[in-house]
Amino acid sequence: MGYDCIVLVKQVPDTKRITGKVMNDDGTVNRAALPAIFNPEDLNALELALQIKDRFGGTVTAVTMGLPAAANTLREALFRGADRAILITDSKAAASDTLATSYILSCAVRKLAYDIVLCGRQAIDGDTAQVGPQIAEKLGIPQVTYVERLDDLAGRTITLRRSIGNGWQLVRTQVPVLLTVVESANTPRVPAAKKMMKHKNAKAPIEIEKQLRAENPQFGEIQIKSRLEQAVHPLQQRGSLIHQWDLADVGADLAWCGRSGSPTKVHRIQSVVLAAKESKGVEPTDDGIAGMIGELIEDKIIA
Amino acid sequence: MTIKVNRKGDVWVFAEQHNGHIEETPLELMGKARWLADTLKVKLAAVLLGDEVGELAGQLVRYGADTVFLAQHPLLKTYQTNSYAKVLCDLIQRHEPQIVLYGATVTGRDLAPRIASAMKAGLTADCTDLQIGDHTPAGTGEVHENLLFQIRPAFGGNIIATIINTDRWPQMATVREGVMRMPEPDTQRKGRIVEETVHLTPEELPLQILEEHKQPRKVNLKAARVIVAGGAGVGSRENFKLIWDLANSLGAAPAGTRAAVDLGFIDHDHQVGQTGTTVRPNLYIAVGISGAIQHRAGMDQSQKIVAINKDPDAPIFGIAHYRIVGDLNDVVPRMIKALREKAVR
Repeated sequence: MGYDCIVLVKQVPDTKRITGKVMNDDGTVNRAALPAIFNPEDLNALELALQIKDRFGGTVTAVTMGLPAAANTLREALFRGADRAILITDSKAAASDTLATSYILSCAVRKLAYDIVLCGRQAIDGDTAQVGPQIAEKLGIPQVTYVERLDDLAGRTITLRRSIGNGWQLVRTQVPVLLTVVESANTPRVPAAKKMMKHKNAKAPIEIEKQLRAENPQFGEIQIKSRLEQAVHPLQQRGSLIHQWDLADVGADLAWCGRSGSPTKVHRIQSVVLAAKESKGVEPTDDGIAGMIGELIEDKIIA
Repeated sequence: MTIKVNRKGDVWVFAEQHNGHIEETPLELMGKARWLADTLKVKLAAVLLGDEVGELAGQLVRYGADTVFLAQHPLLKTYQTNSYAKVLCDLIQRHEPQIVLYGATVTGRDLAPRIASAMKAGLTADCTDLQIGDHTPAGTGEVHENLLFQIRPAFGGNIIATIINTDRWPQMATVREGVMRMPEPDTQRKGRIVEETVHLTPEELPLQILEEHKQPRKVNLKAARVIVAGGAGVGSRENFKLIWDLANSLGAAPAGTRAAVDLGFIDHDHQVGQTGTTVRPNLYIAVGISGAIQHRAGMDQSQKIVAINKDPDAPIFGIAHYRIVGDLNDVVPRMIKALREKAVR
């Protein structure tokens, strides 16, 4: 039958490797200054979409909203088997909270034909797990969160196993549906050599343009535009063009994007100050340790 | 785009229940919610959805609710997103609370964003504290008074962020289990129970729950008086035996950081931290734990903290009462030995 899957992916700062100034003074994230990775649970979502394509046929489109650098995450999706990649990038989308982000992404998804929308359960920078459900609400489709496994897919009926904390549920519904996928669902495949070769020149127009300008400072606007078209065309023919949409392309009302579209605002940021308290060093010796245990027993902390 | 902002309404807690039992996290939230309602001089209401759950309303009053909105219908017997979101949105629009709080449970995290999206309202996940305060946007003279300050560690845990909503309502937040202290129920408390009419048809429930399997939790961390927790520094699931052995010699509950759980050293039921459980034992022994803020948020209220780490600069030492800089593979066996000797004496 074939199912059209859209996988929403995010390039995130590697929160285990933070260096330098991570926050701007206004409380927003200084994304450009951090090593960036494919959000781990989005890889699980992509893997589930690819497994659906392997088994049933259809297409997998990877979509991301972010800075131009997010095109890198889309390349990684192409290397793993996505058929198409779309970058939504627009400076007016900056400082979007989860509501504004879900609004923009839902506008983009509406432009595409789909049966199943997949996201990772949550991103490792915000950890909110909010964008997936909010997109489902805006699209008016059911959501199944914490998906661990696809149990069955037949016609328009989909059956899934979802985690409910200390247990699981078997849930059935009809497509179209949005799924959020957890890390325990699968082991994401590694990029395939053949696909890496096919898509080794995959780029978004903004990346090509940046390169053209850097290599040809003498070019005027008309020349840049014409060279850009010349570069884009063969990529498109080969299926290696990373499509690029701005907020106007997705038909988003700017009032619901960026800061003005974000109900949550930062009131204050504080550095973490560890509260001082009586504290003593203990030697890692039998005597030191025995002394500490003696005190804990005396204070009736342990019996 | 003008949205009439509501700052007069009550404080609500979504009283999540399954199979006729109210979840612990919303009950814990009632204590803080009571304080928020008193500070704002408004009422506290609990919202209870389900079928034949009327007798739970009394429990919610005892835990501090002035009002319980009771929405019952056979189609609400089992939770699913669309039905619960529809009924809750109806109630919110009908009664206009200014704040709605949810436990950050699997259900809470499935439901709250759906409601936030429908109401075009703000939602902050996994708050570690809630306060009331004023906010003046930079460059303006206008003061927004008595906002809900939604406080949580952010971005790799290096900072604490206070999040607010100034121009949407209701202000919503989710809070993880154990973060708020369970209040003492007051058997003398009186409250008002309001039966709400519910309009639902089977067509509005897109999901069929075919099967459900729940295992009882392997460990009750919140009730433990002593906890021995291991971090990534323990190195392997095999080596985590040291944690279990030390815990056994103390009659303690074994636990792990998120890193240790992610690495498969110990089960998720044992996870302590902002995205696990928050604990307040008499004694917390942190073994091979660096002390990232998301972990500290889950245990820094322990009465006494012992930290063992071979890195003298580990942040955990900033909150430890007893600091042992050393190799856990050497120190933990010494502790087990010392405990055995004290026991013998």
